[in-house]
Amino acid sequence: MSETALAVDSMPRLAPGVRLHFDETRQAWMLLAPERVLMLDETSLDIVQRCDGATQVTALIDGLAQAYSADRAEIDGDVRSLLSGLIEKRVLQI
Amino acid sequence: MSVQYAPAPPLAILFELTHRCPLQCPYCSNPLELDQVRDELSTDEWRRVIGEAARLGVLQVHFSGGEPTVRRDLVDLIAHARQSGLYSNLITSGVAIDRTRFADLVAAGLDHAQLSFQDSRADSAERIGNYAGAQAKKLAFAGWVRELGLPLTVNIIVNRHNIERIDDMIDLAVGLNAARVEIAHVQYYGWALKNRAALMPTLADLQQATVRVEEARERLRGRIVIDYVVPDYYARVPKACMGGWGRQFLNVTPSGRVLPCHAAETISELSFDSVRDKSLAAIWATSSAFEKFRGTDWMPEPCQSCAQREVDWGGCRCQALAIAGAAGATDPACALSPMHGEMRALAEAASNLPSPPFLYRRRTTAAVAAS
Repeated sequence: MSETALAVDSMPRLAPGVRLHFDETRQAWMLLAPERVLMLDETSLDIVQRCDGATQVTALIDGLAQAYSADRAEIDGDVRSLLSGLIEKRVLQI
Repeated sequence: MSVQYAPAPPLAILFELTHRCPLQCPYCSNPLELDQVRDELSTDEWRRVIGEAARLGVLQVHFSGGEPTVRRDLVDLIAHARQSGLYSNLITSGVAIDRTRFADLVAAGLDHAQLSFQDSRADSAERIGNYAGAQAKKLAFAGWVRELGLPLTVNIIVNRHNIERIDDMIDLAVGLNAARVEIAHVQYYGWALKNRAALMPTLADLQQATVRVEEARERLRGRIVIDYVVPDYYARVPKACMGGWGRQFLNVTPSGRVLPCHAAETISELSFDSVRDKSLAAIWATSSAFEKFRGTDWMPEPCQSCAQREVDWGGCRCQALAIAGAAGATDPACALSPMHGEMRALAEAASNLPSPPFLYRRRTTAAVAAS
């Protein structure tokens, strides 16, 4: 997999045509996108909800580290690779 | 005594709103016997099915056809899908709609548009679709999709007449600012099976095309998502057709019959329920056509004991019937099928001869006379 460089000051947001939807049948949050449905767990939902187009990646990771009392260095790589993957799939855009 | 286990709910549903279409592509996925206009479901019937689909757990609805934009009630149906919480996708040729009407669809809640191209070169594209002037209309339509802020998917069906322009076709999609391009080789059922000799590329051309697609994918990473479907006739492993029979997907024909895949009516031993007689939930759970090849119990050997059985779900039943003569046989696309060599030989024989003329997709004379 490519490790797409994600600039620390970029501000990800949902791409056009992508919607966050609570699925009553499966009792889960879903990202609905062209030809794609992604089921979100609690953490990935939180990350996606922070992608508001106004929050820089650095601040986004700071916020998550604080919210989960996590070591920032430890979650940094995971959050970035989740964001990069969603950008490559055109689910998020910057 | 028996125990019925309810299947997991489906994710997506495709509505063939009508079989009417201005194009006559020789690989059309509609059946050879096209539904008549007078038999099409009414607006109220489609609205009811949309509501039933949402309650059943469907998340995405594909409005298709034929050409779905020839239905005058499309705006109403898209609005109803949005109100029901469904994500709606329009699968269109783009030749039968103007900008004003498309803007109405977007305002009603359309989420995504998928536009077909027959080729990057207009003369070839219009010969394949048998519709002069189609290319300019498609290019205009693509512009409206982007202007109105919707993501665009370009769909290209690859065959022996356009395969050499695979790079040009990808460039066309990039130039139109598409987020996705679907490059699919023809699937040989129905019309395409009749036109197999006129459509099948050679193995050498296919291999070349696959290399070009893989190169483009690397080159365009982050700019466009490229989905590529290789043709079964030259494959070694079968595809999980529809993500598995009766696992994720339903298809509703213009007159309301509910199918596990769009080509399932080629399997004449199956009988299909209609939304005119039963609810979608009842059909999903109990329709004999869905039960027939759902899961893995129906599988013959070597599928039954294969480690891939819940990966490919046994591949394609329509193809098993078309090539191996039995819908329950191992998909001949699989190298483990005894018919695998024969399938490859059919492709090679057809592709190495000059292309016969197209048999265009149109109503038979008898059907026209009756309508």
